[in-house]
Amino acid sequence: MAAEERLRRTMMFVPGNNPAMIKDAGIFGADSIMFDLEDAVSLAEKDAARYLIYEALQTVDYGDAELVVRINGLDTPFYQNDIKAMVKAGIDVIRLPKVESAEMIHTLETLVAEAEQTFGREIGTTHLMAAIESARGVVNANEIAQASDRMIGIALSAEDYTTDMKTHRYPDGQELLYARNVILHAARAAGIAAFDTVFTDLNDEAGFYRETELIHQLGFDGKSLINPRQIDMVNQVYQPTQKEILTAQNVIAAIEAARQKGSGVIAMNGQMVDRPVVLRAERVMRLAKANHLVDSEGNYIEK
Amino acid sequence: MEIKQTAIAGTLESSDVQIMLSQSHDGVTFDLVSDVAKQFDDAIKATITQVLAAYDVHNVLVKVVDKGALDMVIRARAITAVQRALDLADEPNWEVL
Repeated sequence: MAAEERLRRTMMFVPGNNPAMIKDAGIFGADSIMFDLEDAVSLAEKDAARYLIYEALQTVDYGDAELVVRINGLDTPFYQNDIKAMVKAGIDVIRLPKVESAEMIHTLETLVAEAEQTFGREIGTTHLMAAIESARGVVNANEIAQASDRMIGIALSAEDYTTDMKTHRYPDGQELLYARNVILHAARAAGIAAFDTVFTDLNDEAGFYRETELIHQLGFDGKSLINPRQIDMVNQVYQPTQKEILTAQNVIAAIEAARQKGSGVIAMNGQMVDRPVVLRAERVMRLAKANHLVDSEGNYIEK
Repeated sequence: MEIKQTAIAGTLESSDVQIMLSQSHDGVTFDLVSDVAKQFDDAIKATITQVLAAYDVHNVLVKVVDKGALDMVIRARAITAVQRALDLADEPNWEVL
């Protein structure tokens, strides 16, 4: 799968036809920036948004953020030109809404590969992700997640999903429990990222933290966001504790010690360190670095 | 290429620019309103002129209301307006992008 290990805690939605938000999207520190050509753009302005994002991708420096665009769905007249324009612009990831089957990803992949060929982009460099927004999508999450080597993640989109399920969103999120777990397992089995849905009530800060803590505990990579204010809140939930960082540092020191001795077995405090422990330590250190809790050499910074 | 219909693109929001193109037989003429016209008048016109030339449009009245748009926004709005004025909105000219 295409998912190299990178942090994807925050994926911020940016309306595709809003120049002020597009030019500033890079300053908030989101791990991924998702330009929206779909629901945030009215039918009459689909062409305008497409050119605006295209030009922005040519000129604006978004730093290390992963650049994602949500294109219009397969059943719209905008789908094919969205793909062409975004591939030509060199977008990192195309997010397809309302995915219900592996076939939809295969169709997308074929068109993306054609566009890469046409516009002289290296074949395979445009990655894909799927938004799951229906019962069918959840039921087929496994085949969707494994549909292509280009896939980097799948995301739950709860507004459409809860409507499809004949319910709506509740503060405790019970109605999403099954979908969240299915999507998470499909993502992990495929070796790609899992993104939770947006939280739309900007005034309910406690509710936002409750939901973010839940999806962090479950194991999601992160969350889609509609407001830059939510970025720091998510990062805070994903921030490792000092104890976790110190343990991770010890594990990494033990790996180094083993490497210098030329030993394949890693030991710490007289105990063998398994591969899962190593992977977790590496992730903790990545999170610690992203939260500026350690310096470039991995030393803990006292606050 | 001749302008087929009057077309408008962009909004009057901050950081945006609104560009209206209409038929003319008198070369490319500008009517530009901008808070930053003094400094950027020439740059705004140059960007739009470049887009018009790429579409081979040589006779057009260009009405511009600039709200402090970056060059990339001016370019994007100009492309959108030309595509609409030439009735190509659904058929992007990939060579120009």
